Amino acid sequence: MREFMDGAEAITRGALAAGCNFFAGYPITPATPILLRMLRELPKIGGVGIQGEDEIASIGMCIGAAMTGAKAMTATSGPGLSLYSENIGLGIMGEVPLVIVDVMRLGPATGGATTVAQGDVQFLRWGTSGGFPVIALCPTNAAECYALTQRAFNFAERFRTPVFIATDKEMISAQQSVETSTFENIPIADRARAPAEGEFVPYRVKRLADTPLFSPIGGAHLVRFTTSMHGERGILTKKPSNVNKTSRHLYEKIEAHRAEFELVAFDAPERAPTVVVSYGITARSMIEAARDARAAGKKVSTLTVHSLWPVPARALRDALRGATRVVVPELNFGQYRLEIERIALALDPRPQVIGVNRVDGELITPGEIEEQIL
Amino acid sequence: MLPEITTYRNSERARYPFCPGCGHALVNDHLNAALVQLQLDPRQTVIVTDIGCVGMSDQYFDVHAFHGLHGRALTYATGIKLAKPALKVIVLMGDGGVGIGGHHLLNAARRNIGVTVLVFNNLNFGMTGGEHSVTTPHGGITATTRGGNLERPLDICATVAVNGASFVYRGTAFDKDLPARIAEAIQTPGFALLDLWELCTAYYVPNNRFSKTELLQTMQALGLAAGVLQRTENAEFAHAYRARITDQRGQPVAPSQPVEQKFESALAKPTRIVLAGAAGGKVRSTASALALGGMYSGLWATQRDDYPTTVMSGYSVAEVILSRAEILYMGIEKPDILAVISPEGLSQVPRQLRAMDATQTVYVTPDLANQIETRARKVVFDLDRAPVPKKALALATTAAIVRHARLYPLEALREAICAGQRAEFAQENLRALEASETILQEVVS
Repeated sequence: MREFMDGAEAITRGALAAGCNFFAGYPITPATPILLRMLRELPKIGGVGIQGEDEIASIGMCIGAAMTGAKAMTATSGPGLSLYSENIGLGIMGEVPLVIVDVMRLGPATGGATTVAQGDVQFLRWGTSGGFPVIALCPTNAAECYALTQRAFNFAERFRTPVFIATDKEMISAQQSVETSTFENIPIADRARAPAEGEFVPYRVKRLADTPLFSPIGGAHLVRFTTSMHGERGILTKKPSNVNKTSRHLYEKIEAHRAEFELVAFDAPERAPTVVVSYGITARSMIEAARDARAAGKKVSTLTVHSLWPVPARALRDALRGATRVVVPELNFGQYRLEIERIALALDPRPQVIGVNRVDGELITPGEIEEQIL
Repeated sequence: MLPEITTYRNSERARYPFCPGCGHALVNDHLNAALVQLQLDPRQTVIVTDIGCVGMSDQYFDVHAFHGLHGRALTYATGIKLAKPALKVIVLMGDGGVGIGGHHLLNAARRNIGVTVLVFNNLNFGMTGGEHSVTTPHGGITATTRGGNLERPLDICATVAVNGASFVYRGTAFDKDLPARIAEAIQTPGFALLDLWELCTAYYVPNNRFSKTELLQTMQALGLAAGVLQRTENAEFAHAYRARITDQRGQPVAPSQPVEQKFESALAKPTRIVLAGAAGGKVRSTASALALGGMYSGLWATQRDDYPTTVMSGYSVAEVILSRAEILYMGIEKPDILAVISPEGLSQVPRQLRAMDATQTVYVTPDLANQIETRARKVVFDLDRAPVPKKALALATTAAIVRHARLYPLEALREAICAGQRAEFAQENLRALEASETILQEVVS
């Protein structure tokens, strides 16, 4: 079955398939289509969809709702993401399951509201204080918008942390023919709940890499969630052993599970000297460029990164091993290239890493990438 | 019957952490007394705290607790109430939180969300070193107003009252009947706020030789009344929201909108089409119909729209790609077909015009024909014989292009322009489609 749809519709359907029942957002181009659709759909399932008075209120409402057990999502663009920053930190510290869609537009600041870019890639990773790890997924088409939104909810539930879906103006607002009958339904994961009987300690974990059991505000156990550094009972603490434990837990619960986040598509019909690595809207140009290059007799592999953060290091190492040239096209000054260079440094032979970059609001063309495939 | 609850204070943390004489202890005790009076189920009660000394308060109660960012307590409380309207949600914040979160305060009152706010108003920032807040009295000495505060203090009660709060009370931490007032606030279905003036014995008291007497004198001197200042019965927001959406329950959720193939297209290779027009000229809806017609004819389609940040003025350029295979790259540097139908559109496409060659076609309205220099084939519409209203120009010219370039059967476009349209718009669109016949016949190559 073919439909004509944009990424906003695919993300909305993915969120609903994942069990999303709360959405709050503030109008911002080009993320508004997601707000409109979620507010249109959620009442039908008895969920809540609301426009907050600003971005800070919107993410705050999502956080409050999430801790009553709701599956919450919000969507914004660069300026709004800037306003989300502090609450993203709360999401990490308070262990709040939350899905945040970032529809990238050209920055900095107000920048170009209707202009495509991929300039938030490192901002997603380092956009809140403390430097703790985050999860960010990145679809390249409507089918992936649908599937990865479900995965984002599953990760948010499983690891009780904010999960980003990194998209862009074109991915969200360009309409395209989509074969929706092949849309993938991912089994739904819900956060692990504490048994109704027995003592409940809100932030207790057996091992640092575990995620604590959840009990909702308004549920059987009295719960205490907090934005402040805390011990396992959610009480403020400065005691170094407690602080160390909480900090390392927040780090380990993501880092120790890196293998679970390695979502990539490696297309290597044969070992090729050139590997192109890209993500999101630019990966579409990469795939077309590789097709044209192969038709012209060149050898090239492509790696589409669907999980930007944590960096899928193992998959990247495997893909880059033996290559002499790595091309990284992206709509920024080379933000993800930094990560690729880090991985290339440890390889022998060390491949040359080349960026193909645009910051003029235009998409990178397949031709621009093909030029770099020797 | 459940056993009576004699205290909601946490037995593990019997002593508050506040400075001797600090009003926070008094207000928390009054809150406890109110909870005891109401006998609320602790599992149906949540305290949301802001930042500052007051932010430690939730740890001293045995109810659900959420401790959030500075100034944002009301946003979490709103989310909690919206998700679980049956909960009693109590927000504890200071005058600092009122200042930084003023926007949320206004909107919580205006929305009349059913939360109860206790403002622990000690007229300055007690945790960070006694800086001035939005409620520091005029002339007040603080760490950041050494020569006396020049700003006027915020009237918190008037602010929330004028914006629709259901219950508003001003008093002090010393008020004997405070438990009853807090209990009334908690029982109020809508937004309730108590502005509770207190002494900050660490900073404001020593810096201003302040005491309970000066506290009351200041309130009086500012002309601020004490007591219950407002009781209204506007609908509580979380319940109103639930009531409003009841009739939508069970409607099909994000239903599929399949586009079935009914026609055949002879299009051999991917065709990139740019429609360059003016905002308000139905360029985007025409492009949608063009793409949809392609899908009716078994083609894959993409559509990208470009327009300035304003919607109803300036240019509107839409790009449509039709192809027999799935389309990956959606940009168009070198259109196969470029339709120039307004000066605003023309101003946006000089690069494409330069890139085009003789195998490609520019379609243009007569008024703009002389302004176009291109190696591409130029086709000028004759609009004299078949005047087309400006609003129908995009559709009429696009229909002419569908015929002329043999993109797919015109029947497919006819169906696309009527799909999902109200009868009068469909009629209007069909008239534009018919006009395309005339302007096509008069095509000048």
